[in-house]
Amino acid sequence: MVDAKIRIRQLSYSYGGAEALREINLDVPANAVTAFFGPSGGGKTTLLRLINRLNDLVEGTRMQGTILLDGENIYAPGVDVPRLRRRVGMVFALPLPLPGTVRENVVCGPRLAGIRDWGRLEEILERSLAQAALWNEVKDRLDDPAVALSGGQQQRLCIARSLALEPEVLLLDEPTSGLDPISTAKVEESLFELKQQYTIVIVPHSVQQAARVADYAAFFLMGDLVEVQEGTRIFTTPQDPRTEDYVTGRFG
Amino acid sequence: MDRFLVQRLGFALLLFVALVVVVPILFVLGVIVVEGSMAITWEFLSAMPSDGMKGGGIFPTIVGTFLLMLGTAMASIPVGVGGAIYLAEYARDTWLTRAIRLAIVNLAGIPSVVYGLFGLGLFVLFLQFGTSILAGALTLAIMTIPIIISTTEEALRAVPTEFRTIIASLGGTRWQGIRGVVLPQALPGIITGIILGLLRAAGETAPILFTVAAFYLPRLPHSPFDPTMALPYHLYVISTQVPGMPLRIQHGTALVLLTLVLSMNVTATVIRSYFRRRRQW
Amino acid sequence: MDKGVIVTNRGGISGRRWTEVPIEATIRVLGFSTIGFVLLIFLFLLREGLPIFYEVPTGNLFGTRWYPTFELFGTLPLLLGSILVTVTAILIALPLGVATAVFVRELAPDWVREILKPMIEVLAGIPSVVLGFFGMHFVAPLIRNIFGAPTGLTVFTGALILAYMALPTIISVAEDALDTVPKSYRDAGLAMGATQWQTIWKVVVPAARSGILMAVMLGMGRAIGETMAVMMVTGNAARLPLTFDSLFRPARTMTATIAAEMGEVAQGSTHYHALFGIGIILFVLTFLINLTAASAIFRKQRRGGLR
Ligand SMILES: Nc1ncnc2c1ncn2[C@@H]1O[C@H](COP(=O)(O)OP(=O)(O)O)[C@@H](O)[C@H]1O
Ligand SMILES: [Mg+2]
Repeated sequence: MVDAKIRIRQLSYSYGGAEALREINLDVPANAVTAFFGPSGGGKTTLLRLINRLNDLVEGTRMQGTILLDGENIYAPGVDVPRLRRRVGMVFALPLPLPGTVRENVVCGPRLAGIRDWGRLEEILERSLAQAALWNEVKDRLDDPAVALSGGQQQRLCIARSLALEPEVLLLDEPTSGLDPISTAKVEESLFELKQQYTIVIVPHSVQQAARVADYAAFFLMGDLVEVQEGTRIFTTPQDPRTEDYVTGRFG
Repeated sequence: MDRFLVQRLGFALLLFVALVVVVPILFVLGVIVVEGSMAITWEFLSAMPSDGMKGGGIFPTIVGTFLLMLGTAMASIPVGVGGAIYLAEYARDTWLTRAIRLAIVNLAGIPSVVYGLFGLGLFVLFLQFGTSILAGALTLAIMTIPIIISTTEEALRAVPTEFRTIIASLGGTRWQGIRGVVLPQALPGIITGIILGLLRAAGETAPILFTVAAFYLPRLPHSPFDPTMALPYHLYVISTQVPGMPLRIQHGTALVLLTLVLSMNVTATVIRSYFRRRRQW
Repeated sequence: MDKGVIVTNRGGISGRRWTEVPIEATIRVLGFSTIGFVLLIFLFLLREGLPIFYEVPTGNLFGTRWYPTFELFGTLPLLLGSILVTVTAILIALPLGVATAVFVRELAPDWVREILKPMIEVLAGIPSVVLGFFGMHFVAPLIRNIFGAPTGLTVFTGALILAYMALPTIISVAEDALDTVPKSYRDAGLAMGATQWQTIWKVVVPAARSGILMAVMLGMGRAIGETMAVMMVTGNAARLPLTFDSLFRPARTMTATIAAEMGEVAQGSTHYHALFGIGIILFVLTFLINLTAASAIFRKQRRGGLR
């Protein structure tokens, strides 16, 4: 891997007493889709939330190791955490619009960052919705409450909401777990567009989805990073027997 | 005896008890409304009392209660809402937080007449505010604060955690999340809580007995340092301290006080249910 | 390579803008302020009340006669007056409250509940002086006619009014308690062939016991501190309520004593200090009662709010 956007070194993490991640070493390449997959409880969500320091919100946890973004330790003292989170966007498993209209949802991030000029916000609005493949569907409904959109639209709205900040990295945690196949296809399609510009880390909701979208895939099992491979090799010729068990469906 | 017969009798008994609880409430309301409404005239509401309170109206008591509530609101809302934000959004589970919660429980349980003593000791005498609207409003405010804190905290906690997480993930600070999403979403609940707190203050007599209340003062206060008449105290005075007081005036005063308090109660309930139906989560 | 930092996370969203520093500092101070208020209240009660202990011999303070004009400050009749009124009130309110809670929770159809709940909230909202007024004019004459008490202003009259004042608290806390009893308990009872009635009293209510106890404590805390209504309807005679007919004779509570006499005493006089001394007793008493009730709340990590 030549151009690593994120380097994770010797990362261990525990909630209270329970270890969620053990000595993870992983490079996430730029401008590609990296998939973290594996059975539930493996620590995938935890790792995602560590990359934009969202787990700072959880009390009583312990972390060891480093995460470097463009070579800089994001846990170093004095790091501007809000700025980090603007650089590393996050989309959650359930589509969760904020209360308010479609428009307010999308421009929320930029406004938090201090952008007041509505001319600029309108530009951001259109660009982000277009990138999330949602513009055509909602351009006449920008002032409708966000919850009035369908589930699939809501999830793409959440993607647009993250994209509005023009992040360098986009983290997606099972973004299609609640969606129907057509909406899922739309979200996956937009990922292909987005990876030209962004570094994408996704926790897919199935092995099939991982195989469809991943340029790199990492298999997590109970807090261990078992194996990481380029392209779809991990699904065809896994090196580790545990990975093989999982991808062939003998496990979980 | 057939146990289903026992059950039938038992259920009947429970219904009876529920009626025993509710019917007197209706009776109190009914009597005061019927008897009181005969006293209510425009003059009764808008005129000064005269003839040693046996004539005229109760205007200054209404104004006094209104001013007291205004003062109470100004002092208790910032402290109550701020305290609740601290507890719901900032406090971790430490001994200090527990001490705060204990303090709130304790404040909520202190008898109103003890608040009166405290207000007399601190505001009237020590700080030399004298028997004044200021002293009374501050006393009532401290009594109201635990109610506002409890209800506001509940309203804040009802806002889904996810909203805070989303704001954080979009690069918002904690305060931005509170200001931008949590407070607006909790606002109806907070307003309800504030009204419930103020309603309690509006009806209280004991805390203002020695801090504000003027027995008979047929003029309006000019400054926060003036004493004033107030509705609940006035009702107490005319029903126990003035011999030969026309019953009509007593009932009228009771009705005005009851209307004020219950209309606030209804407002709070309406706000709560209206926004509960409208909210998006 | 980096040696690796260790972060022991204490929770919270990191990062704030400098404009937020004063805001958050203020919120913190407001959060702590409640502790300050309690201390301040206690301090001022002590400041004005403690002198009584060296102004008047202890024997006098715990004597049986309260005649301040004759320098007699025996608090016993007041203490017993308060206890008698409160206990009587709870004895009336407890069965009514629990039965109503059971009725509302377990039996009443939705539309009945929709009527009952607001009614009980209305009751909670009626100012105590209005209830006192009503008690004087409607309950007292009733007591006079039924029990032949001379004025009708008796311990029982006060307890009756107080019981209704405590009812909203008792009902709502008892309801919460019933609410927490798992449905499986009910099903188990019914499956064993018990009627719904038997299940309620043999299974559900006992399971909600500790919550109901808490309701009683909270109701008691409210009742013992109640002032205006009690003062208006109990007749205010500072007599030792030790005879059997005490229930139907006047008595005087601690709260009523303070309320009735504070207006007439000179600041700094012995009588003034004595009234603050009673305030200290009330403060400590309600503190203990609410502490007991609250420890149950803290144990259950209940949602915020007392009432
Ligand atoms: N907030 C939390 N508090 C305590 N334990 C947690 C928390 N979040 C996750 N865990 C634990 O950490 C482990 C990894 O969880 P997670 O990161 O959600 O895995 P995945 O996303 O792969 O399913 C699990 O054992 C889970 O129980
Ligand atoms: Mg997960």
